[in-house]
Amino acid sequence: MTDLAHIRNFSIVAHIDHGKSTLADRLIQMTGTVAERDMKEQMLDAMDIERERGITIKANTVRIEYPAKDGQTYILNLIDTPGHVDFAYEVSRSMQAVEGSLLVVDASQGVEAQTLANVYQAIDADHEIVPVLNKIDLPAADVDRVAEQIEDVIGIDATDAVQISAKTGIGIPNVLEAIVTRLPTPKGDRDAPLKAMLVDSWYDPYLGVVVMIRVIDGVIRKGDQIKMMQTGAKYGVDKLSVLKPQMVDIKELGPGEIGILTASIKQVRDTRVGDTITHDKKPCARALPGFKPAQPVVFCGLFPVDNAEFEDLREAISKLALNDASFSSEMETSAALGFGFRCGFLGLLHLEVIRDRIEREYDIDLITTAPSVIYHIYMRDGTMLELHNPADMPDLTHVDHLEEPRIKATILVPDEYLGDVLKLCQDRRGIQADLTYAGSRAMVVYDLPLNEVVFDFYDRLKSVTKGYASFDYQMTGYRADNLVKMSILVNDEPVDALSMMVHRDRAEARGRAMVEKLKDLIPRHMFKIPIQAAIGGKVIARETLSALRKDVTAKCYGGDATRKKKLLEKQKAGKKKMRQFGKVEIPQEAFINALKMDG
Amino acid sequence: MANGFGLYVHWPFCQAKCPYCDFNSHVTAQIDQARWLAAYESEIARVRDDSGPRVLNSIFFGGGTPSLMEGDTVAGIIAAARAAWSPANDIEITLEANPTSVEAARFRAYADAGVNRVSIGVQSLRDDHLKALGRLHSADEARRAVETAEKHFPRVSFDLIYGRQHQALADWKEELTEALQMAAGHLSLYHLTIEPDTAFGDRHARGRLPGLPDEDLSADMFDLTQDMTGAAGLPMYEISNHSTPGAESIHNLIYWRSGDWAGVGPGAHGRLTLGGERNATECHMAPSAWLKAVESNRDGTSLRRVLAHEDARIEAVMMGLRLAEGVPASLLTNVSKINELEDLRLLESDDTTVRVTPRGRPLLNAVLRDLL
Ligand SMILES: Nc1nc2c(ncn2[C@@H]2O[C@H](COP(=O)(O)OP(=O)(O)O)[C@@H](O)[C@H]2O)c(=O)[nH]1
Ligand SMILES: C[S@@+](CC[C@H](N)C(=O)[O-])C[C@H]1O[C@@H](n2cnc3c(N)ncnc32)[C@H](O)[C@@H]1O
Ligand code: SF4
Ligand SMILES: [Mg+2]
Repeated sequence: MTDLAHIRNFSIVAHIDHGKSTLADRLIQMTGTVAERDMKEQMLDAMDIERERGITIKANTVRIEYPAKDGQTYILNLIDTPGHVDFAYEVSRSMQAVEGSLLVVDASQGVEAQTLANVYQAIDADHEIVPVLNKIDLPAADVDRVAEQIEDVIGIDATDAVQISAKTGIGIPNVLEAIVTRLPTPKGDRDAPLKAMLVDSWYDPYLGVVVMIRVIDGVIRKGDQIKMMQTGAKYGVDKLSVLKPQMVDIKELGPGEIGILTASIKQVRDTRVGDTITHDKKPCARALPGFKPAQPVVFCGLFPVDNAEFEDLREAISKLALNDASFSSEMETSAALGFGFRCGFLGLLHLEVIRDRIEREYDIDLITTAPSVIYHIYMRDGTMLELHNPADMPDLTHVDHLEEPRIKATILVPDEYLGDVLKLCQDRRGIQADLTYAGSRAMVVYDLPLNEVVFDFYDRLKSVTKGYASFDYQMTGYRADNLVKMSILVNDEPVDALSMMVHRDRAEARGRAMVEKLKDLIPRHMFKIPIQAAIGGKVIARETLSALRKDVTAKCYGGDATRKKKLLEKQKAGKKKMRQFGKVEIPQEAFINALKMDG
Repeated sequence: MANGFGLYVHWPFCQAKCPYCDFNSHVTAQIDQARWLAAYESEIARVRDDSGPRVLNSIFFGGGTPSLMEGDTVAGIIAAARAAWSPANDIEITLEANPTSVEAARFRAYADAGVNRVSIGVQSLRDDHLKALGRLHSADEARRAVETAEKHFPRVSFDLIYGRQHQALADWKEELTEALQMAAGHLSLYHLTIEPDTAFGDRHARGRLPGLPDEDLSADMFDLTQDMTGAAGLPMYEISNHSTPGAESIHNLIYWRSGDWAGVGPGAHGRLTLGGERNATECHMAPSAWLKAVESNRDGTSLRRVLAHEDARIEAVMMGLRLAEGVPASLLTNVSKINELEDLRLLESDDTTVRVTPRGRPLLNAVLRDLL
């Protein structure tokens, strides 16, 4: 156990790609925490998807031993947090477990939307913040300008910002010194009853459920009988370790320390992030305030392309859910798609990550239906229903009004693209809330309906600004609006998986775009196919996919029979990737691609 | 055999490789024709051991360019085939010919050898298009070759390719009008197919093959072809083959009716029904490999297998529905699909036969995907 004066706990906040993972790698490497030969890039990103996409999804931690210039050895605990807006809530919780943050800003780019979003969370958590200017090796780096920007936009003193290159290693020793000299020591009472915070938990295939804790008061040891104060559940501590980042067993953890434990907990769902862990026999007097569990905000249907794989999908989803309490699922049946699951996610990235994992780790081809937010339906009888799936929209005669979730979106963008960004936000029913300048960049704040953002807003933003804009958002609340359910009919049959909620004023345009897209996405058939968008019984847009006119092999003699038969079989296998709606076959990608808007 | 028995002889050499062609054809400086003849003779004798005695309805010399064979080579092969099986009285002996003047000069020798039908690769009656297709002959040479052939052979057919680069519907109409005037009872009219692993295939993949027809123009050309040949008294009897009644190719009908044939020569396929089972064979593709296999093992076959009944059925439907006459209804079991396709007026059937309608013909692949 280490005395409080020799512990520093911190996280790193940064906009994506500003070098958070690289800096973490350098800190681990320069302190010799990991032997040189075991070093790999993005040490803390454990999942394949994290490494591949260069993003952090789960919180992770590493314990670093650092012999400082003052001759003392310090324990530095880094909690690595996800940077993406989908996981903002997890970040805010993890930040409660540490006392300080390194604010990493790419000195060639400057402050971006996620810099702001993340640093505000650090400020909310009362962190001491050390600004770090990264990538000073780049010719485009402009440390003075960016330091000034940090002071102007964020309002924190950047005179003593540490200048580094996480890539080349310049300045890393100064970062380590700054952590020791500028971040506060944790507080805590070793002699008080045990009080520890449950920071995060995840499922490990070998160990079962693993719990990350931060001890506040008291001491926890292997073999202790502990109690989770919110759930009331009691466990014996089987294993107590610290992560370096590989697991190293430890006898005890005292105040200010961060580590992990296992305790024969069956499911991640049995744990609550933010719960207070104490001794069963000698509990602490007051529990920590705790957190609300993260709520899914985006819903969509996941269906196996091959109906026979439904049970496999069920198993995949329940396994993933074990490790991810913020992911919800319930069985859904669709007239068009058969059996599947309606799943809830923290955002689109979260959706994509889960979908990727099902397709990759469980080898199931999926049809993903239109993502939807949760609408509040106020019924005439005064009750309120939550609508997760447009297909469940009740009969309008019983509905009084609908409300939809809204967000506050913050976008930073170079001047020359401002016009395009404003147009995009306006097109998405946005209401401008603020427009200020930070150097040559504009900061726009918009009040937007979440449903306009959920699908392809970020892609559109990237494309109209050539990737130079940054974006972040927070949920703000619900507001009533003129929302209707739009159905899509293919060959006169409604395809429930394509129905969606839209604003009445945008319905025609949306409907027209959808039917035009579908016309391109559905291959020609042997007959012509009307494709319509409708609200209630009223058709608002219509296209006709003309019939296939020619598909015949010109030459087929004795020697061609074998080859042509193989070709026919291949084409028939291709048909299996399609879904049959009445007489029409729709390719699986059509469901998602039909929703993408070009304008 | 109910649907006849034929012999296919593959001659794998050409003077130059055409950019659209994916046939097993090779360009070689020297060919020892006596050595090749001996190999074909050996193969015919070997296949005879497998097939047993049969009535031989047809021989087909295909390529490659069989009109590069010497008259003696052709004569030797025909003699070997006649010795191996019992030739039918009306045996059809076809040779594929390219219409250069050099080749037309050999027509007489072929006729003397017993060839009674030629199929000439005219491809186009427009010089600029012939050039684009990489052909070594002019339109006039082709016209003269057809005339010469008509003097020497009782039956003459020629091939045209349409749906070429920069070919308008009106251009095709004009060309086909002339072709119908030249025709002597049989025409093969192929829509250009861009085959992978050909010069055209590569250019197409790189976007360097401009002016090809879109689906609508292709369909219009196909429809026009059906209408014009029908009106001229040479209606289609197979997707790309047209003739006056009775002038159909006996040999090719064997393929489409799933009859039996022996295939000899590099890359040749065969189908023999033996003891109620359908045997499929394939010969070595490379000319040198085939020759070596024949000379050292007395067997040019590289693959031999018995087709599963379902595979044989699929093949029979796939080939048979290409014919105007259709297939026996007993080959098709999926009644609800047949009804659906009949409702779309793409198929028609009676108690004994299922046929593709004129409307269904340009959609045959889609019909087959649905039906099988
Ligand atoms: N030139 C330069 N590149 C850097 C530096 N630090 C990080 N990078 C690069 O910036 C990219 C994003 O870094 P990463 O650590 O993954 O960023 P994260 O998204 O904040 O975790 C990677 O390609 C890094 O190699 C630096 O100091 N100099
Ligand atoms: C075995 S081939 C060639 C016969 C002969 N060597 C010649 O070129 O005239 C028979 C016919 O198939 C047709 N053909 C070959 N390749 C084709 C393609 N890619 N598309 C359409 N027809 C083709 C040509 O009309 C050709 O005459
Ligand atoms: S089209 Fe005829 S001549 Fe041209 S390469 Fe093919 S087989 Fe030879
Ligand atoms: Mg990272």
